[in-house]
Amino acid sequence: MSANVATLTVAAKDEIAEGVVALTLADPGGARLPDWTPGAHIDVVLPNGMTRQFSLCGDRWDTRVYRIGVLREPHGRGGSAYVHDVLRPGDLVGVGGPRNNFPLVPSAGYLFIAGGIGITPLLPMIHQADLLGAEWNLLYGGRRRASMAFRERLAGYGGRVHLRPEDESGLLDVPAWLGTPRPGVRVYCCGPPPLLAAVQAAFRSWPAHALRTERFTAGAQDAPAREEPFDVELRRSGGTVTVGPDRSVLDAVRRAGADVLSSCRQGTCGTCETTVLDGDPDHRDSILTDHERAANDCMFPCVSRSRTDRLVLDL
Amino acid sequence: MTETLALPTDDTDPFGPEALEDPAELHATLREAGPVVYLTRYGVYAVARYKHVRAALVDWQDFQSAAGVGLSNFRYERPWRAPSLLLEADPPHHDAPRRVLSGILGPRALRRLREQWFAVADELVGRVLAEPEFDAVPALAEAFPLRVFPDAVGIGREGRENLLPYGDFAFNAFGPGNDLVNRAAPDVPRLSRWVDRQCAREALAADGFGARIWAAADRGDITPDQAPLVVRSLLTAGVDTTVHGLAAVLYAFATNPGQWQRLRERPALTRAAFDEAVRWQSPVQTFFRTATTDTRIGGTTIPGGGKILMFLGAANRDPRRWDRPDEFDLDRDPSGQVGFGMGLHQCVGQHVARLEAEALLTALAHRVTRFELTGPPRRHHNNTLRAWESLPMRARVA
Ligand code: HEM
Ligand code: FES
Repeated sequence: MSANVATLTVAAKDEIAEGVVALTLADPGGARLPDWTPGAHIDVVLPNGMTRQFSLCGDRWDTRVYRIGVLREPHGRGGSAYVHDVLRPGDLVGVGGPRNNFPLVPSAGYLFIAGGIGITPLLPMIHQADLLGAEWNLLYGGRRRASMAFRERLAGYGGRVHLRPEDESGLLDVPAWLGTPRPGVRVYCCGPPPLLAAVQAAFRSWPAHALRTERFTAGAQDAPAREEPFDVELRRSGGTVTVGPDRSVLDAVRRAGADVLSSCRQGTCGTCETTVLDGDPDHRDSILTDHERAANDCMFPCVSRSRTDRLVLDL
Repeated sequence: MTETLALPTDDTDPFGPEALEDPAELHATLREAGPVVYLTRYGVYAVARYKHVRAALVDWQDFQSAAGVGLSNFRYERPWRAPSLLLEADPPHHDAPRRVLSGILGPRALRRLREQWFAVADELVGRVLAEPEFDAVPALAEAFPLRVFPDAVGIGREGRENLLPYGDFAFNAFGPGNDLVNRAAPDVPRLSRWVDRQCAREALAADGFGARIWAAADRGDITPDQAPLVVRSLLTAGVDTTVHGLAAVLYAFATNPGQWQRLRERPALTRAAFDEAVRWQSPVQTFFRTATTDTRIGGTTIPGGGKILMFLGAANRDPRRWDRPDEFDLDRDPSGQVGFGMGLHQCVGQHVARLEAEALLTALAHRVTRFELTGPPRRHHNNTLRAWESLPMRARVA
């Protein structure tokens, strides 16, 4: 595994519900981890080279660990099976981000709707809504009670939490919960596509922007992250450097004489932004949206790397 | 290790005229005395070494901002204005305004301004260089940001002369209630009223930073009552800082002609040159934090509720971190300097400041072969800013 800044150790692995394990990730040297906000996810590069995204579900006041919940997906591509069957405490994983496409916006009230493992990004949101004294409710559906993760953690919130195991109470009655728009209430929903579709359908009478969703699927994933060295061409100054797994692109191009300014070295501040002329970066920053990542026209070399044999930078 | 060191003390006034005129000696004394020094005059804990300043900056959990980033402790004292939603806020309140502003002021969002700012800089520099001698503080360091920044925010033309005095007061107000604060106090209600009026939706031109903040409120990313305060953050933090940052880089080149030569030979160094000037002069010298619980820094326990004064300027010249720290040197990599802060509250306007500097330096590098001071440079005293009153100079033109 790369010895770059974003390599974390699996500090603990616990089965927390039927088919769900929670991983605790920490810096091997015990360093502080990059900040995150509720709704954020990280990219995890597994030792077998697969990359998967997981929502952070721990406590941001604890600076030493990230927590993620991983559902075993029988029809997935093997990432979750690897986590369940092979990954062990002490193993190293690569980590990109955290990034947040699902941020919690300020509101007097919230309705959180979770389907299955979609509970994970909502947990820190619930913690935060509670901290701020907002009016909130959680509607949480799952197949069976025993398969629904984090029930104990949620029990402390009492009557605001509405658990609806399908084998006891049927499918979530979304229209009943969303029937009439409530001013000042924002709806956050994370779960499988059918749940999101039901929520969107029931939501038509609500004001725009009151609904925020994140789809949870084992869906399409990027090409595996590469472990082999790659070449970086500095188009303007005319050199080429080879970047091995234990050095950042930033360090490599600076050593080759490029004047790239940096600051945070964590992919958060944006200072080292560099224009990409050719090749596909392996984005590990916390800044770009999915759309901006896909454009592949810029990268943050303090943390990001390459998927292709060659990257050409405007340096 | 829980070994406890005796806490060194110092009775110097870091906000007194001597320290504001030249803080170098105080900075060296504090750095050498230990990781933490108790400042008896104000009953606060000072950190001046790079390592500890940086650690305190990033640790928002133990060192909060919501109790004020000045000497005043908002737990007991009423701030002079409603606290900033960014600078004087902790998570979770800090999250939404920060996310909105990071997007509006991010490098990709600024691309649309680049060409225009370069053109304005070129035109301004052409005009200034027509005079044989000029004072670089008003003529360039103030004139350029005042041309481009209020337009970029989208405020009207009327009353822009209020921006610098308002910012000057806001940065003085982070210090003690000394003469610098008291002298300006009578004007503050008038200045504040003007600034507050500029933050209203109707006062802001379409497509500026201000209008984009209001658009974020319309999308629900922040609340409508947060929008004017987020605009206010730009008007408070975005003017005086860049003025003194630009003055710092102009002073640096006027006193280091060899470095100017180097920049002209290698324009790719322009961005690093500005950051090196920000390291070397640290236009924002200090900010405070408040310990949320008893917290250890380098063997000393800061009691919960205690105020910590972080000397960014001292950290940026800590010989433990920087070789020949007192030299302005383009061959150094200034990355990691803490003049823009670090971590959660790191300057959200840093890309704006860097773009302004790049535009101005590029325009100057096209024409000027050498700057020469023609009289003694004069400092402007401010409780937080390392500021300039006057930099009389002449420029040799190619
Ligand atoms: C050379 C110019 C500048 C310097 C040296 C500077 C310095 C700083 C520093 C040190 C901080 C961190 C405060 C802390 O940690 O408590 C900061 C924060 C901030 N700056 Fe700047 N700044 C500059 C330019 C600007 C500009 C141009 C803008 C606006 C466009 C701006 C807006 C802000 C805001 C809103 C914050 C608060 C961010 C937060 O708390 O999340 N600054 N700045
Ligand atoms: S140095 Fe901050 S994003 Fe790369």
